[in-house]
Amino acid sequence: MISVALRGLAGRKFRALLTAIAIVLGVAMISGTLVLTDTIDRAFTRIFVDSYAGTDAVVSAKSPDLSFEGESVAAPPLPEEVLDQVRKVPSVGAAVGSVFEDSAVKILDSKGEPIVKNAPTFGFGLDSSVARFNPLELEDGRWPTSDREVVIDSGTAEDEGFGVGDRVSVATLQPVRDFQLVGIAQYGGVESLGGATFVVFDIPTAQKLLDREGKLDAISVAARDATSPDELVRDLEGALSDTVKVQTGVEQAEEQSEEVGFFVTFIRYFLLTFGAIALFVGAFVIFNTLSITVAQRTRELATLRTLGASRRQVLGSVLLEALVIGALASVIGLFSGLALASGLNALFKALEIELPTTGLVFSLRTVIVALVVGIVVTMLAGLAPALRATRVPPISAVREGATLPASRFARYWPYVAALMIALAGALLGFSLFVDDIGTTERLLAIAVGVLALFVGVALMSPKLIRPLATIVGWPARRIGGAAGRLAQGNSLRNPGRTAATAAALMIGIALVTFVAVLGAGLRDSNRDAIESQIRADLILTSEDGYTEFVAGASDAAKTAAPARVVTEVREETARVAGSAQNVSGIDPDLITTGYAFDWKEGSDAVLAQLGTDGAIVAENFADDKGLLVGESFTLEAPGGKRAELTVKAIADPPPFYPLLGAVTIPKQTFDSTFERKRNRFVFVDVNGSPEAAKPAVEAAVRKYPDARVQTRSEWIDKEDREFQQFLSMLYVLLALSVIVSIFGIINTLVLSVFERTREVGMLRAVGMTRRQVRRMIRHESIITALIGAALGLPLGVFLAALITQALGQFEIQFKVPTTQLLIFAVVAIVVGIVAAILPARRAARLNVLNALQYE
Amino acid sequence: MDTRLEPTASSNAASNGGSDVVVRGHELTRRFGEGDTAVDALRGVSLDVQRGQLTAVMGPSGSGKSTLMHILAALDRPTSGHVTIAGTPLGKLNDTEVTKLRREHIGFVFQFFNLLPMLTAEENVLLPLSIAGEKPEPDQFEELLQKVGLTDRRKHRPSELSGGQQQRVAIARALVSRPTVVFADEPTGNLDSKTGGEILELMRESVDSYGQTTMMVTHEARAAAIADRVLFLADGVIARDLGRASTHDVITAMDEITSQ
Ligand SMILES: Nc1ncnc2c1ncn2[C@@H]1O[C@H](COP(=O)(O)OP(=O)(O)OP(=O)(O)O)[C@@H](O)[C@H]1O
Ligand SMILES: [Mg+2]
Repeated sequence: MISVALRGLAGRKFRALLTAIAIVLGVAMISGTLVLTDTIDRAFTRIFVDSYAGTDAVVSAKSPDLSFEGESVAAPPLPEEVLDQVRKVPSVGAAVGSVFEDSAVKILDSKGEPIVKNAPTFGFGLDSSVARFNPLELEDGRWPTSDREVVIDSGTAEDEGFGVGDRVSVATLQPVRDFQLVGIAQYGGVESLGGATFVVFDIPTAQKLLDREGKLDAISVAARDATSPDELVRDLEGALSDTVKVQTGVEQAEEQSEEVGFFVTFIRYFLLTFGAIALFVGAFVIFNTLSITVAQRTRELATLRTLGASRRQVLGSVLLEALVIGALASVIGLFSGLALASGLNALFKALEIELPTTGLVFSLRTVIVALVVGIVVTMLAGLAPALRATRVPPISAVREGATLPASRFARYWPYVAALMIALAGALLGFSLFVDDIGTTERLLAIAVGVLALFVGVALMSPKLIRPLATIVGWPARRIGGAAGRLAQGNSLRNPGRTAATAAALMIGIALVTFVAVLGAGLRDSNRDAIESQIRADLILTSEDGYTEFVAGASDAAKTAAPARVVTEVREETARVAGSAQNVSGIDPDLITTGYAFDWKEGSDAVLAQLGTDGAIVAENFADDKGLLVGESFTLEAPGGKRAELTVKAIADPPPFYPLLGAVTIPKQTFDSTFERKRNRFVFVDVNGSPEAAKPAVEAAVRKYPDARVQTRSEWIDKEDREFQQFLSMLYVLLALSVIVSIFGIINTLVLSVFERTREVGMLRAVGMTRRQVRRMIRHESIITALIGAALGLPLGVFLAALITQALGQFEIQFKVPTTQLLIFAVVAIVVGIVAAILPARRAARLNVLNALQYE
Repeated sequence: MDTRLEPTASSNAASNGGSDVVVRGHELTRRFGEGDTAVDALRGVSLDVQRGQLTAVMGPSGSGKSTLMHILAALDRPTSGHVTIAGTPLGKLNDTEVTKLRREHIGFVFQFFNLLPMLTAEENVLLPLSIAGEKPEPDQFEELLQKVGLTDRRKHRPSELSGGQQQRVAIARALVSRPTVVFADEPTGNLDSKTGGEILELMRESVDSYGQTTMMVTHEARAAAIADRVLFLADGVIARDLGRASTHDVITAMDEITSQ
């Protein structure tokens, strides 16, 4: 019996392969994601482990453990004297200090533009005298020894064609300067740092350029022989004040790996989601294909029953078929994943999100997960058809044209569908509108809810096929002639089959529609948020738009002739009233020239009365903390300084994109509280038109290449573009599931053509041309695809509306991008045409005589 | 099971009323559909099939021959009446029990062969055994293949065989597990006259050399003539029950029934 199942499958190799592809893509996505993220993870681990390989202990300042929106705040630097104290500890063998900065240092390319690839741009001050502490390996040249010399990373050197001896411009917190490139280095064991770049200075130079005069970020310590790292840590802790943190090198490496690990995990789950979606669509395809195959094999299965096969054996044989297909697909998918990993990396690269990599990591975990997931999903999808196969009565063996008996539950399906949809509604309602549940529960409820919604609609759809096919079949009837009319008829023959095929595409279309609609709303909200807050003619931001940048750029801008008013906005994260929040520092008397407050309580007049302890707080923050005007609260900076502040006014910035932090204080207070005095924005008001004034302002800040000058509309456009890029990435990832559904349509058509061999022969015999046969199949395909679109588009719009509603607190707009949705409908037609190519050719090639004789 | 394929009859039917009755139908009726469109395919048929006999069932088209076969072979259930196969009343058996009974006691030969296209002739023949998880006794299997004339075609696929050869495969498949009774519904219906004749000879031979109880529906008078007993059905009832008969007798009986 096992061999019968296997031989049967072998006899339908082509169909089995087509079926398998449905799962291959999903599995490939999963294995590719695992391989890629493992590789990134390993690269990071290598970086950290290697960096601390020769270090027994690390001394740094105690950081207040602040993290805001996923980004943890860097610890403030230590006073240089600590290094001397460390060296005096008897069990210390050697100790060196280092300077570390993760955003301000940027290498300029040959055009004078800073190299920024959505990744950190590191600046190091290293003491190269003790090699064991150096995390980097020189590939060429030597370490810098003067304030005119630097070493840069090999990736940048290669990309930009820099060699030892060249002159390189580097932006820091001081005006940009040229340096002599004396060496090229890389982290050991890492092939690429991704988009990250680094510049190495000697320590005094780094301190001067990076606002750390007399300060160090960390001290690396090696123990004298026979002292263990733990003992060393204890000795150091005893000798140093408790404002510093002492850890072993291993602990330090682990801590940093963990921070990055969080980020890698996020990428992993993000990508896995798309793999899961593709698998879900694949499950539909498998379900449908196996259902059709079982229906077509009714007679064969019945014959087996008359020969004594039990129901269990029939069940087993269909499940075995699913198992083989699943295993085959999973193995192919697993290895395709290796190729896909590089593809995914390229995708990220195209979006300028480069991640460090090393040789591809292909772990046992990847193999197991990919195989198990692929096989289990296939078997689950095969369960329903297998159960139906057991219901084939032996007597079907002797009945001409016997068909699969309707499932016992067939008449309950509409109720099951309704129940599913109700369940989906309940889950979505629960996840979106109930307040106090954890993020994981919420996401899970949304995922299961959407899943149930898709299944429910798919179950319901056989009932909708007739009206839908009549509507979307209109062009087929009009332009397809007899072939078109037959095509529509064919699509109605087996509504369940057409429905399941269309449902697979529906999922992909619903999801891209969801992304498009939500994306359109987010873009509009973003634009409106900027427009309603910004008054300035020109805005300076850092190159990437979100990191804080050198304060000197603001003074430089003032020297531009057309500049009338220049006002800066500082930003830093702090613990405010107990939670991490962004804090902005403003010029109270100038800010309104650049920024428009939407006052909830208070007015522009309040700005003049802020004094040194006055604060403007955002309404949602005030509500959260129960703060009223006149009440006081405490702010604690990362460096440990505290400030007692009083609420003077409450503003209501657009919750979707507030440009100022939850708390806004006078710049003076900001500067006396925070170590890092950098700007998030500089607003410039100019005489004459902003466009005309821009070149002069740009020229004025040329010394600070990291400061980007843009008009209000340029800024909005840039944000739009970046957002669009992100949406494009989602489309590319969702395309995977659309491709899976294409294979679903191909499968159904191939099987239908096979089933109708005799009929096609008859049509050809009575005068249908090959071209008409092809057209007939093509129109059937397009009709199926359009049904998918007709179901998916409204579903996507509905989901987007739901989420918009649920995110009400962010005041996201709801907007249906009609053109884009029309494009998706056209894409569906293209999907139909593409899917029909192969089946249509097969049908047209049928030999009339053979087709008629076919039994 | 080393008794397989040996020309001795199995013995477990002996206990059930009359030593030689292996299939018994009692007052069988079968109604298809309901209300106005209901068709009574059988209206009360009782019969006993004797061990080692070849019974032919004849009658006009639509007289209920196939229906009767299906019911006797446990493929279908009667609307009323009882069937007993090898001493086991079918009435209360569930699907698993019927499957077991089918494995042990029933063989089938279909009009349209119903071979599995992906298996070779030999594998098709062995299918009932492999489904039951058994192995053939090599010598006896060879003898069977020889008997049905498939020795040199054993590795061929059904698509590479003629209709007659395919039906030989089907017959060997029905015989291989040495069932208590083989049912054949128009086994020659899809074959030309000469090939049909050869198949009929084969059926007769299996009765003679293995003592294989066989029940066969046919439209051919010469087929009926090789039978030990000929039943005539008309309008869902047994119209005539002849013993051994000549072709002439059969044609006469047919004519009489049709003209009634
Ligand atoms: N599944 C069914 N549903 C409805 N009516 C049926 C079914 N099977 C058979 N019948 C009817 O029962 C009657 C007997 O049919 P049956 O197939 O037994 O005839 P038959 O004697 O085998 O005829 P033939 O010689 O043409 O094969 C016929 O009137 C037929 O239409
Ligand atoms: Mg019949």
